[in-house]
Amino acid sequence: MIRKHLPAIHVAHHKNTMNLPVEAMPIPAKVCIAMVQHIGAPCKPVVKVGDSVKVGQVIGDSEAFVSAPIHASVSGKVAKIERKMTLQGQHDETITIIPDKLQEVYEGVQPPVIESRADFLKAVRASGLVGLGGAAFPTHVKFNPKNIDEVDTLIVNGAECEPYITVDYRRMLDEPQKVINGCLAVMKWMDLKKCFIGVESNKPKAIKALEEAAKDYPEIEVITLQAKYPQGAERVLIYETTGKVMGPGKLPADVGVVVSNVTSIATLQEYLETGMPLVAKNLTVDGNAVRTPKNLRVPIGTVISDVVDYCGGYRRIPKKLIMGGPMMGRAIYDDGHSILKNNNAILVFDEKASEQPKATDCIRCGRCVEACPMNLMPTELARAVDAKNVDALVKRRVGLCMECGSCSYVCPAKRQLSLINRLGKAIVAEGGKKA
Amino acid sequence: MSRLAQGSLVVSSSPHVHSEATTQKIMLDVIIAMIPAIIMSAVVFGERAVLMTCVCAGASAAFEALYRKLMKKEQTVQDLSAIVTGILIALNVPVTLPFWQAVLGCGFAIIIVKQLFGGIGQNFVNPAIAARVFLLVSFATPMTTWSVTRQMVAAGVDATTMATPLGLLAEGAVDQLPSNLDLFLGFCGGSLGETSALALLIGGIYLVVRKVISPVIPVSYMATVALFALLMGQDPIFHLCAGGVMLGAIFMATDYTTAPLTTTGRIIFGVGCGFITMVIRLFGSYPEGVSFAIMLMNIITPHIDNLSRRKLYGGVKA
Repeated sequence: MIRKHLPAIHVAHHKNTMNLPVEAMPIPAKVCIAMVQHIGAPCKPVVKVGDSVKVGQVIGDSEAFVSAPIHASVSGKVAKIERKMTLQGQHDETITIIPDKLQEVYEGVQPPVIESRADFLKAVRASGLVGLGGAAFPTHVKFNPKNIDEVDTLIVNGAECEPYITVDYRRMLDEPQKVINGCLAVMKWMDLKKCFIGVESNKPKAIKALEEAAKDYPEIEVITLQAKYPQGAERVLIYETTGKVMGPGKLPADVGVVVSNVTSIATLQEYLETGMPLVAKNLTVDGNAVRTPKNLRVPIGTVISDVVDYCGGYRRIPKKLIMGGPMMGRAIYDDGHSILKNNNAILVFDEKASEQPKATDCIRCGRCVEACPMNLMPTELARAVDAKNVDALVKRRVGLCMECGSCSYVCPAKRQLSLINRLGKAIVAEGGKKA
Repeated sequence: MSRLAQGSLVVSSSPHVHSEATTQKIMLDVIIAMIPAIIMSAVVFGERAVLMTCVCAGASAAFEALYRKLMKKEQTVQDLSAIVTGILIALNVPVTLPFWQAVLGCGFAIIIVKQLFGGIGQNFVNPAIAARVFLLVSFATPMTTWSVTRQMVAAGVDATTMATPLGLLAEGAVDQLPSNLDLFLGFCGGSLGETSALALLIGGIYLVVRKVISPVIPVSYMATVALFALLMGQDPIFHLCAGGVMLGAIFMATDYTTAPLTTTGRIIFGVGCGFITMVIRLFGSYPEGVSFAIMLMNIITPHIDNLSRRKLYGGVKA
């Protein structure tokens, strides 16, 4: 079926680490595990200072529905529980564990017994899984939509459209069977008929590996996406794989699909097989200020500076440290923060590469208008933001902006249009309206 | 442990990478695209054509730099847009125009039309077009005195001025019209840049290949002109190659600031330009209508933009 693509842009891929298999980083001298690792209610520590913990043991949990438990990523002693500022700027509790380096596995770590959808959802929650593509939305909530009977399709996001990051690629290449088995499990327990795995065309080996692994399962189809940004954005991915349009204010379940990242699916499969919850994370360490770019598997809570040290330290004076990819990742102010569940990359850049080019006047070239996958007109939204015009922002649907950054990227005047849209949403919220 | 000193890192909003495109590079591409037309103007009219181009480009840059400095605004002359305007003004005037008049035109374009409205991206009509119209109404005779080409001088033609092809058409002197081939190559009377369709097309193709402009406006403009000519029983090739259609369609109607943003809007704009051009050519008292057509369409561009809004993702109308 030939379909018109949504607007997309070319961004240099920089997949430098593509050929590096994931390497397990040795257990660091300490891990600091934050109690906010997901969208939703923060967890409360369920261990005390001085307690001995083992790998896979729950150390933080919450009664709230939209939340996911947090597990010890190392065995060792709880050294500190303190309130610390998180990257989101809130203060929340962080548990510091000094590892004994024995990596003893918690006794409760057993493959879950699943006989029903309720068991399955319980297992997903117990796995501690959140959206590993970056959004960190608790997976058990995502897999439990109100209209589950109307959902018939699983869409797996293997686009990895962010530059630099290659851990999803490695996952598909190195563990294709795990991905496929994970898909089958989700389809079985959620009663889904069809599964599409979307992978960008710049990863032919991964596509081949997945197709090989899925050859006995006609219900699983690997879709080659164009190698353009942002194919991995939820709305774009749903459209490009199924042709379905998820309008403003709608959830994937409203159009009969559930979307999950390949790493989330593979991690779930690991849990179903072994009972080991989400305690380690694969990530790409790259950028021109890192001595040896690597793909690593690190315990959650590892301090970023330890990760960089393991990659040979800083090669140049670092000026920008990004958690995630360069298009949507978050620049952080301190390498003393630690790795979160949804981290898929640590990128470090030197001063020159960190420069935010000076913004000049809009020349109305229309590149942003052509780039926007949602067909928004960033120029117009920027004017409305300047005028603090809430009505215009609502009318022009600033809320549809997913902050993919395409408009800022293409702008020849180097205007931060994506940031302006973000401000626009805040202005609308302040004005008491829904964007 | 390589913990960094507090405050040594910068934070900024995503995205953290940017495309190579800059305003300056875009303007440089436009300048490069005009080089074939400048070379042809020198071939047809002699070295004064090149001098005129330099004077206008220099004057426009100077006006821009001076205005920004005097008004204590951030300097913008380095974005090269003033140079583009200057060259376009030169391409729009006869080679014999006194330099002081050309410089006055540049001042009008840069200061009145562009800077007083807020500088780049804010003017509501194309500054070069406005300058041409300003010069035409202010200095009607020098702006419509067309010198003979060097080729005619070499052939021993005993005259210093000649009519443009469109002028001949308006006078009904159809038997004196140059051949379509001469028109296409540019060996005919006219302003510096409008004579050679070939040179302008080369520049246009360069701009499209470099993705500086979309071909929608030039194509819809030219198609409308050709169709209108056909319907009126006239030679479409003649109307495309004579006068300022190519120059206007490729270099002036595509001005970012004063043309619509969406494809639908651009088609409406191009068709409108073509229609008005032909109405003026065939029914108006002026022999040529490109400047007026583009200027009028510039003025209604905000309305076209409003009418040709794209449907948002999800089919919602914004």
